[in-house]
Amino acid sequence: MDASSGLAPHPPADHDPHHHDAGHDHHELPFWRKYIISTDHKVIGIQYGITGLIFLFFGFSLMMLMRWQLAYPGQALPLIGNWIGHVFGEGSMPDGKMTPEFYNSLGAMHGTIMIFLGIVPIAFAAFGNFVVPLQIGAPDMTFPKINMASYQAFMAGGIVMLISFFVPGGAAKGGWTSYTPLAILSDKGPAYDPFWNGQTLWLVGFILLITSSLLGAVNFIATIIQLRAKGMTWMRLPFFVWAQFVTAFLLLLAFPPLESAVVMQLMDRVAGTSFFLPSGLVVNGAPLHVSGGGSPLLWQHLFWFLGHPEVYVLILPAMGIVAEIIANNTRKPLWGYKSLVFAALVLGFMSFIVWAHHMWLTGMGSVVSAFFQTTTLIISIPSVIILSAFFISLWGGSIRFNVPMLFATAFLPMFGIGGLTGIPLAFNSADLYLHDTYYVIAHFHYIVAPGTIFGVFAGIYFWFPKATGRMMNEFWGKVHFWPSLICMNMIFLPMFLQGMLGMHRRWYDGGQGWTVAGEKVWGMSGFEWNTPISIAAWVMGLAQIPFIINFFWSIKYGKKVNDNPWEATTLEWSAPSPPPHGNFATTPTVYRGPYEYSLPGRETDFTMQTEPMRESDRKAYEAAAAVH
Amino acid sequence: MEIPYTVTARPDTGLWNAKVGIWLFLASEVMLFGGLFSSYVFLRLDAPPGAWPHGLLNVPVGTGNTAILILSSVTVVMAWASLKMRQLTRYKVYMGITILCGIIFLAVKLAYEWPQKFDHFGAFIKQEALEKYEPYLGNHHLAERGLPPRTEISGHLHNHEALHDETVKEYEVALDPVNADPTNPLMDRPHFLPLAHTDKIATIDKADVEYANMFLPKHSTYFATYFTITGLHGMHVLGGVLVFTYLWLPVGTKLYKRNPEHLANRVEVAGLFWHFVDLVWIFVFPLFYLL
Repeated sequence: MDASSGLAPHPPADHDPHHHDAGHDHHELPFWRKYIISTDHKVIGIQYGITGLIFLFFGFSLMMLMRWQLAYPGQALPLIGNWIGHVFGEGSMPDGKMTPEFYNSLGAMHGTIMIFLGIVPIAFAAFGNFVVPLQIGAPDMTFPKINMASYQAFMAGGIVMLISFFVPGGAAKGGWTSYTPLAILSDKGPAYDPFWNGQTLWLVGFILLITSSLLGAVNFIATIIQLRAKGMTWMRLPFFVWAQFVTAFLLLLAFPPLESAVVMQLMDRVAGTSFFLPSGLVVNGAPLHVSGGGSPLLWQHLFWFLGHPEVYVLILPAMGIVAEIIANNTRKPLWGYKSLVFAALVLGFMSFIVWAHHMWLTGMGSVVSAFFQTTTLIISIPSVIILSAFFISLWGGSIRFNVPMLFATAFLPMFGIGGLTGIPLAFNSADLYLHDTYYVIAHFHYIVAPGTIFGVFAGIYFWFPKATGRMMNEFWGKVHFWPSLICMNMIFLPMFLQGMLGMHRRWYDGGQGWTVAGEKVWGMSGFEWNTPISIAAWVMGLAQIPFIINFFWSIKYGKKVNDNPWEATTLEWSAPSPPPHGNFATTPTVYRGPYEYSLPGRETDFTMQTEPMRESDRKAYEAAAAVH
Repeated sequence: MEIPYTVTARPDTGLWNAKVGIWLFLASEVMLFGGLFSSYVFLRLDAPPGAWPHGLLNVPVGTGNTAILILSSVTVVMAWASLKMRQLTRYKVYMGITILCGIIFLAVKLAYEWPQKFDHFGAFIKQEALEKYEPYLGNHHLAERGLPPRTEISGHLHNHEALHDETVKEYEVALDPVNADPTNPLMDRPHFLPLAHTDKIATIDKADVEYANMFLPKHSTYFATYFTITGLHGMHVLGGVLVFTYLWLPVGTKLYKRNPEHLANRVEVAGLFWHFVDLVWIFVFPLFYLL
């Protein structure tokens, strides 16, 4: 029944002996069983979603703090500076001025939190949990208790990461990549606790997060393989399910090597081994007393073996969400469904053999570089196929520009910019110059921030009525969208300029003391460009307020809608809103593909997957087949 | 609504849920140990000549442990087959043997092999001082024979305080046979049977020592990988033993009474995990004990 047999005994048999159909007898469950330790995939999805959004905003706040230091280095942060210094303890912001150590902590934790505690939990775990079982017509995930354990491990990992801000010396400072030997040597010494220090807690938190993602990934794949409703063949799965399926495989296979690396770094820090410490290290003028013989390059290989598939973990679910929303709002079938599916599969496979393109400057040798350069260019092909299919899908559609669709359409050019600016980085000769500059920052943020996060917002606005039975407010959604779109571009476009000037991504003073940052572009020096970027970042922070209010307000007071407010075709819209425990009153049967919009001979412009075939459908399909 | 295919197979995939789950989990485990074994290869290839030690582990004990694990893999299949034949008592016996094997394996590792290492001492001599300790290292003899040089003197440490006390200037070591008689051709290759340290005592000047420690994870890259991989493997053995014990206790009998096929499936899934743990050991044993 469940994978770990003895560890998590049989979910449904014990937890509720009698059958229960569509949603009665659940109000008997006490609050903590219904919302805190629930095994229902929808509740877990929402738990993941809300926790993830909180972490996302927290991670963004860290960056808003850093943006002050970058724009006004060494100046006291007005209004909240002293308070923040008080909260994060001495050594963070004395007199409201940020210390270099605190800046490093913020940088490392911004990356870690945004990726592993923000985006992955929302894009993969939250949407995957909530939507996938509904879209395939399943009553729940295959292993509900393991699903619950996955969330709890995630939560524990998140709490450990948060605690690390408040231990002596503050959170990890080695960058989100925790490159060795720096990361092993930092947060050590008389001022630090041997265990309760930033970097060690970072590693412990990671082990918990990897455990969580493992449990989630196994569950997702098993659910998609085993619990598809009758008639839901592989080629009738919505593209979103395919995207989650590939993502789950990436998490399943790419995370464990990082786990082994994390265990080894933990051994290096706690047990004094030298996995990643080379011989002959001299620290503070004295030779380091370790056995040596380790390899810093090994860490980079293992880290990026996760790190690169992770990029596709971040982007694939967003692509899935965008696919659903584009098909729904153009009112026509998604263009090139099969190519999309195969592109996603190729993308997933290729993402395992491109990792060393993060390591051009390590001197791996030209043969290795040539190999990874080639694979990196190959992987751009499926990405382009996916993006092109989305653009072509827009062609000739009578598009409904509601809030989800605004975010989904904005995703396309934003992801496009992010992807195309990555091509110079794929060539190791061009990367020699651009490596570790703001150009790289701009490139991957275009993919993850206005790319994935816009996809996530689109998904929240789109599936909100399914989760609550109420719509989010349209007007305030637009007030959220437009400033976010403008600010995103005001933040990241100038960073390309800064990067091409040669400004390094980890400068504490924003480039003030560096000659390259003094060069002028469009009337301002590279350093001076920090100011408009920072202002745009803070305005974007403000622009999230309408979303936060809209989100919570609409749960209670949003406009009530029917079960299928978007007139969509996939299975989740045939379940009640919100779906009861067990999702469907009777197991649905599927008769057709996921995007049957504007089918000729039908009275509505959407034909749900549960609609049985009619004679007119057969004729329409035959006519379409004859054209192609 | 109940979750379907928990006990019976889904017709088109031919699998019940947990079987899909365990294979996926094992795929991820392959990647986890794959990461560690790759690191082993990476670090060993990087090691300077002669720096990777041989013959420090107890081969007969390791062989015995290997046999015990293989035996347990057989008995767990017998336990599963007994359930399929609906013979609960035989199941209990075979499962009992499996659990016992797991416990013996862990006991040998934790109570015998590891502590023996913790009690062993080794000092790496600085390049410039190698000549001074030639009587213990026998590098001229090795060079003649085309063998990699020795840089380490190992044995039983008499003055343990030397490890921590700055004022103690030398290590007093009861030498291992290899350092007691380094030019003996019998010492050119590691021994199958472990040899006890001799009563020949050497004093090693701390100033001549590059790095010295007990055979702890921090002693060398070899022991770092050895303890990390066997430690993680040991945790897997422990996990397997706990799951088996759970299925062996009255909880299992209760499930058997309700649905014997369900218990059989669980034993099968846990057994698959156990075979994997066994397989990892089949890699660990040659990599650390023999090669």
